[in-house]
Amino acid sequence: MKQYIIRRTGYSLLSLFLLSLTIFLFVRVTGDPTSLLLEPGASLEDIANLRRQFGLDQPLWLQYWLFVKSFLTGDLGLSFYYRTPVLDLYFERLPNSLLLAAVAMILSLVIGIPSGVLAAVHVGGFWDNAGKIFTLLGLSLPSFFIGLVLILIFTVYLGWLPSSGAGTAWHVVMPAFTLGWYFAAAHMRLTRSSMLEVLGSEYVKLARLKGLPEAMVVGKHAFKNALIPVITLAGINLVVMINVAVVVETVFAWPGIGRLLYEGITFRDFPIVQAVVVLGGSMIILVNLLVDILYAFIDPRIRLES
Amino acid sequence: MAAMSRESLLSLEHLSAHYVSQQGARVVPAVEDVTLRLGAGETLGIVGESGSGKSTLALTIMRQLPPAARIVSGRMMFEGENLLDKTDAEMRHVRGKRIAMILQDPMASLNPLFSIGNQVGEPLRVHEGASFKLAWKRAIELLKSVRIASPETRVSQFPHEMSGGMRQRIVGAIGISCEPRLLIADEPTTSLDLTIQAQYLNLLGDLQRQYGLALIFITHNLGIVAKMCDLLAVMYAGRIVEQGPVSRIFSAPAHPYTRALLGSIPRMTDNRGRLTAIEGQPPDLSSLPPGCAFAPRCPAAIARCRREAPPEIAIDSDHTARCWLAESDSEAPPAIGARARSDGT
Amino acid sequence: MTVATPSLARGAPPGRFSLKKFRDFPMIPMLILLIIALVAIFADFLAPYDPQFGSLSQRYRPPAWQEGGSMAHLLGTDHVGRDVLSRLIFGARVSMIVGVTAVLVAGGIGTLLGILSGYLGGWVDQVIMRVADAWLALPALTFAIFLAAIVGPSELNIIIILGAVYWTRYARVIRGEVLSLKQREFVRLAIVAGCPKRLIMWRHILPNVINSAVVLGTLMLGVVIVTEAALSFLGVGVPPPKPAWGLMMADGKQGLMVGRWWLTVLPGTCIMLMVLSANLLGDWLRVKLDPQLRQL
Repeated sequence: MKQYIIRRTGYSLLSLFLLSLTIFLFVRVTGDPTSLLLEPGASLEDIANLRRQFGLDQPLWLQYWLFVKSFLTGDLGLSFYYRTPVLDLYFERLPNSLLLAAVAMILSLVIGIPSGVLAAVHVGGFWDNAGKIFTLLGLSLPSFFIGLVLILIFTVYLGWLPSSGAGTAWHVVMPAFTLGWYFAAAHMRLTRSSMLEVLGSEYVKLARLKGLPEAMVVGKHAFKNALIPVITLAGINLVVMINVAVVVETVFAWPGIGRLLYEGITFRDFPIVQAVVVLGGSMIILVNLLVDILYAFIDPRIRLES
Repeated sequence: MAAMSRESLLSLEHLSAHYVSQQGARVVPAVEDVTLRLGAGETLGIVGESGSGKSTLALTIMRQLPPAARIVSGRMMFEGENLLDKTDAEMRHVRGKRIAMILQDPMASLNPLFSIGNQVGEPLRVHEGASFKLAWKRAIELLKSVRIASPETRVSQFPHEMSGGMRQRIVGAIGISCEPRLLIADEPTTSLDLTIQAQYLNLLGDLQRQYGLALIFITHNLGIVAKMCDLLAVMYAGRIVEQGPVSRIFSAPAHPYTRALLGSIPRMTDNRGRLTAIEGQPPDLSSLPPGCAFAPRCPAAIARCRREAPPEIAIDSDHTARCWLAESDSEAPPAIGARARSDGT
Repeated sequence: MTVATPSLARGAPPGRFSLKKFRDFPMIPMLILLIIALVAIFADFLAPYDPQFGSLSQRYRPPAWQEGGSMAHLLGTDHVGRDVLSRLIFGARVSMIVGVTAVLVAGGIGTLLGILSGYLGGWVDQVIMRVADAWLALPALTFAIFLAAIVGPSELNIIIILGAVYWTRYARVIRGEVLSLKQREFVRLAIVAGCPKRLIMWRHILPNVINSAVVLGTLMLGVVIVTEAALSFLGVGVPPPKPAWGLMMADGKQGLMVGRWWLTVLPGTCIMLMVLSANLLGDWLRVKLDPQLRQL
C-alpha cells in the first residue's frame, strides 16, 4: 500500500516535471521568450531585467531551474494588461469557474446517470437507441455551436435567459448546460457500460435467484456497484471542466478561468496563458493522483497489482 | 417410467427451453424434451460436458433464463403446482423461498458493497417480511449452522474480509435461509480446493438431513455424484440421455456416452477438468444431426442412430436411456453391446 | 437469402464477400463527407463570389427565403458584405485540409512512436510513454491554445499544433497493439531468424497496426475538426480573412443578438454535419475492422 502510494506519487511528480519541461522548452525554443513575456514596446531596461530574472544568458538547465523556482514560489509574473500578479487574477476567477463546473457537473450527472441506467436495463431497446443518439450528439456537437444556438433560442427569440455575464442564478443556466452537455454524454456512456457489466455479474444473478423484486435487483445490488466508476470519473471531470470551459466562458462572457485564458490570448498577455496552462495541467495530474490513491484504499485488489 | 410409489417433489415433463437469436433465425435447443422426477429429500446429480444444457436446465427450473431464452413446451410440477402457470410475481415468491439456487462462483456471488448480515437476511426480509433486526438475528443463526466461527462478528463484515471457503458457506446460508424444499447447486465446488471441497460437501449433506432438503447437484465430477447422490441424470446436447439410480447406472451404464464418462473417472481429481476423454467435439446445438446427437462420436453407432433420434427407453423401473442399443439389449444380439462396451472404456 | 437454411445445414463457410458485412454501412455519413470533400476540391468553380471580399453596401443580407433576402446571395451576407455561401464552400476546403493533414501528422508521429515504444521497450518506451502521459494531462484544447499563443496563427501552424497535441492518443493505442503482436508466432519467428529490428517493425508490425491507425484516424478526424474550429473561434486558429467555419461563427456572434442567425447557425451546422459523419463512419469502421478498439 505504502509502496503503491510512493510509486504513484513518483509518477505524478515525473509527469509534472515533464509537463513543465515541455512548456519551458516550447517557450524557449520557438523564439525569444522576451518577445512573449514582455509586452511589445517594452523598454530596454525591462528586457534586461527579464533576462536577468530568467538568466537567459545562462545554460538551459539553469534557466529551467529558475523557471520552476519562480513557479514554486508562486511568482507567475505580471499580467501586461491588468498590471497585477497573474496568480491574483487566477484566484479571483477561480470561484466562478468552480461554480460553473459544479452546476454543469450536477446537470451532467442528473441527465447522464438515469439515462445510462435506463439504456442498460433496456439494452437494445428504444431507450438504449435514444441514448446512443444522445451520446453521439453529445460527443459530436461543438460546445460553441450549442451555446450560440441556446442564446439564439432563449435570449433572442424567447427572451427568457441573459446571454452573458454572471451574477444571478439565471446567468449560470445556459453556460452550465452547454458545458455539461458533453459530460452528460460521457457519464451516460460510462454508466451504461458499467451497469451492463454489473448486471451480468454473479451477485446480481444470485440476487435474482433469491427472488428479489427487479427494482431491488437493479436499484440496490446493481446500481450502487455501477456507480463507483462513474463517481470516480465525475471527480476527475470536475477538475477537467474547470480547465476546458474556455469556449463556453467565451461564448457567455462568464468571468472564469477560461475567460481569463481567452483574454490572455486576445490581449497577447502571455504570462496569463502560461499560468493557466501550467496550473491546469498540475491540477489535473494532482486529482488523478488523489483518485488513484483513494481507489487503492477502497479496492484492495489494486494494491496488489503493479 | 419412474415408480409411482415415490411421492414426487419436482417433476419435469417433456420440458424444452430454446435460445432464439434476435432475428429469430437461429434456434438453439439448450434443453430438449427433459422428463425428470425428484422426491422430497432426494439428491439428484446432473452431469454432462460444458454446454450440454445442465445450467440452462437449472435456470429453467428457476424460471430465470437469460432474455434470449424461453421455455417452449412441457410442464414443471413442483409440490403439485405447475410452475409454468405462475405469473412472474408469483414465481418470484418461489425463487429463494421454496427453491433456492447456489451459483458456480462463490467468490463473485456476494455483493462487495453490502454486509454479510444484510445479504444473508435479504430473502427473509423479502419473502417473510422479517424486519431488518430479526433478519439479522436469523442471519447469525444461519452462519452458525453453516459452521462459520464467531458468527456474531462475521455477520457485520464484508465479503472481501472472508476466504473463498467461507464465502461459499455463506452463499449456502443464503440458499437455506427461507428453508426451501429444493436446493439447486450449480457446480458449487469447482473453484474450491480439494479439502475445502470435501468439507463443503459434508456440510451440504448435513444441511440436507437437517432441513429435509431435496438437492440437485450440477457437476461434471462423477466422484461427487458417487458420494452425494441417489439419482443421476446424464445430459448430452440438451437431452437427458440416461437417468436412474446412481448405483445402477454406475454398475451397468446403458448409454455409450455414460460408459465413456465413467471410463474417464480416474481423472476426477482434476476438479476443473472438462470430460475430455471422449474423442471428438461436443456438437453445435444450432445444427444438430438428424439422428442421435451422440452418434458422430459414438463408438457403437449403427445406421439407425444416424437416421432417427432414439426415445427414452426403459431399461428398468427407474432406469432409462436414449439409445437404440439399449432397446436391443434386452432381445437383440449382444455382440453390438459388447463391442460398444469395450470401445467405450 | 431465402434459401439460406439448407446451405447452413451443409455447413457452407460464411461468404467472405457477402453483402451482409456492408448492410449497415453508414451511407449518409459517407455521402456527406464525400460531398464536403468534393465541395472543398471544386470550391473555385462552385462558389458564386470571392469568399474574402465583399461590398459594404451589401452587408447583413439575410438568406434568400427571408424578408429582405435576394437570390443574389442565397445564404445571405456577413458584416462586411461577403457572401456566406461562398465562404461556407471555401470553409469546407480549410476544414478538410486542416482536418485531414492534422490527422495524418498526428497519426504518423503517434504510430511511429507507438511502434518504437512498444517494440523496443526499455528506456525508449519509458521516455515516450512518460512524455505522452504528461501531455495527456493537459486538456487538448488548452494545450493547443498554449501552442498557438506561442507560434502565432496560421494554417500550417494549426496543423503542426494539432499533430503535436493528438499524437499521444495514437501512441498509446498502437503501443498496446504492438505489445500483443510481439507475442505472436510470426513476430517471434522473425526475431529468432535474426531479422533486423528495423525490418521487423517495418514489415511485420506496421502492416498489422494499420487497421487500428485507420480507425483511430477516422474517429480523430471529428475531434480535430472541432478543435480547429474552436481555435479559430477563439482567434488563435486560421487567421482572418480566411473563410474557416469556426472563424465565421466568431464573426457572426455579434449579430446573434439582433437575430442574424444565419451567420452562426449555418457554419455551425456545417461543422456539426462533418463531425457527426466522421464519428459515425469511425464507429462503423471500429466495429468492422477492429473489435478490440471498442472501449475507446
